[in-house]
Amino acid sequence: MLEQRKTDLALIGVAGLAILIVWYVAALALNFPQVMVIHARDDVPLPFTSLALEALRPARPVLPTVDQIATEIFNTTFGHSVTSPRSLVHHSAITLGTAVAGTLLGATFGLVLATAIVHNRTLEVSAMPLVIASQTVPILAIAPMAVVLFGNLGLSGFVPKVLITSYLCFFPVTIAMVKGLRSVDRQMSELFETYAATDRERFFLLKLPASLPFLFTGLKISAATGVVGAIVSEMPTGGGVGLGARLLSGSYYGQTVQIWAALVASAAISILLIWIVTKIERRFLVAGLGR
Amino acid sequence: MAATSAQSMRVAPVVSAEGLNVTFNSAGGEVHALSDVNLAIERGDFVSLIGPSGCGKTTLLRVIADLQSFTSGHVRVDGLEPKVARAERLYGYVFQQPTLLPWRNIADNVGLPLQIMKTDSAKNADRVTKQLSRVGLKNFARNYPSQLSGGMQQRASIARALSFSPELLLMDEPFGALDEITRDNLNLELTDLWRETGKTCVFVTHSISEAVFLSTHIVVMSPRPGRILEVIECDLPRKRDLSIRDTPKFLEIAARVRRGLHAGHANA
Repeated sequence: MLEQRKTDLALIGVAGLAILIVWYVAALALNFPQVMVIHARDDVPLPFTSLALEALRPARPVLPTVDQIATEIFNTTFGHSVTSPRSLVHHSAITLGTAVAGTLLGATFGLVLATAIVHNRTLEVSAMPLVIASQTVPILAIAPMAVVLFGNLGLSGFVPKVLITSYLCFFPVTIAMVKGLRSVDRQMSELFETYAATDRERFFLLKLPASLPFLFTGLKISAATGVVGAIVSEMPTGGGVGLGARLLSGSYYGQTVQIWAALVASAAISILLIWIVTKIERRFLVAGLGR
Repeated sequence: MAATSAQSMRVAPVVSAEGLNVTFNSAGGEVHALSDVNLAIERGDFVSLIGPSGCGKTTLLRVIADLQSFTSGHVRVDGLEPKVARAERLYGYVFQQPTLLPWRNIADNVGLPLQIMKTDSAKNADRVTKQLSRVGLKNFARNYPSQLSGGMQQRASIARALSFSPELLLMDEPFGALDEITRDNLNLELTDLWRETGKTCVFVTHSISEAVFLSTHIVVMSPRPGRILEVIECDLPRKRDLSIRDTPKFLEIAARVRRGLHAGHANA
């Protein structure tokens, strides 16, 4: 067991090291032409080693190195007050809030929709294709229209962002729960029949608990999608806050380090959300299923 | 015994079937699952339905429980139509699998019918504890089904069927999936439970010795179409232990059941 763990850790270490080496070689190759241009008119040609060192830390790198990104994250995290628009924590928190609200709203809607679909044959035939079609429309195309529409209704900022996010989030939960609510063991269903249980009791005491594993699987996908949705929703809303806005301004001004820092932050948010869902899942399922 | 039994048969059998027919429409055409079944089960009887697979013994049990509709004939449970009897929660049903809800612990599983039937919740805990100790699972109340052996799970499922005190217990091969030693123990517990509670039991099995050991009446059935060949009275003393299986009386009844089954097979 412990040996296995050691081997796993060693493998992760080796893989990490390999990625780092590739990363630095790539940074060197991609940033080198830039350095060459800067030093093209130097009277005394610099030795290769100093050019190479410079290529690993230019001001506006094509590909920033890992330590540059780490430094940027450290500075923007601890260098500013969390309320400052220059703080990465500030932007991350806004995106996190949108993602959480959007995921919760989307998951709730997905749960209600799945319940309706499972209990109504007409809805299954009519709603299911629309649910699937809804996800084939690129969210990037819908987001700006949604912002304009809600803006006309006097809604701006948080509300349209959450709605755009939930548009992505409801789908995984809907699909998972349609499957989950139908997964109920036939014999258990008959058991409830022998008790002459009502539909309501059957739903809350049997179908819903039986489909919780499906709900959590759907929720994990929704949580990760929620972060993507939140970032996309921040791009056209023009508020200038959130990781999405950070990515956009970074690309406007060629601030690749800032973009990478925002990417790392968004990944961290996704991991955090999925970790939370997993924690709740354990709380609900491990005890219950005696795993 | 026979005389009083015949008398009460006319008065109030707990379960009665007259001219019962069940046909299924399957891909291969109509299947006659039960054909002209006539049966009366008296209060306090332990009746086993025995026969080879496909003889409709489970179908008969499911018709009594209103889990299966019938094509023609007359079925009454406590004088009521099966549908009404089910709505009145007149029977407890034990499936072949324990069918415990994996997310509920044993006590909550046993208390499930009480929760659905909205009985006085103050007394529910007592009723659950009482049934759990009856089947020897008092110390496992907080365990989850997956932590229990197959035999213990089936015990819990019997406790659950008893929790709301129905007078009729319907059991569909409850010990079919268990090993023989566990099965013997559960048979012993079941016969004690039946004698102590005075419940009426209908028990589906394909084991001859299990049927003879438990029953007051054994209904021998034959397949395709499923029908009742004969009803063998099993007048062993009500207090039974495993050694009864070696007595001449037991062996004689077992032989009669076996002959009945073979006769049915030869005709089919």
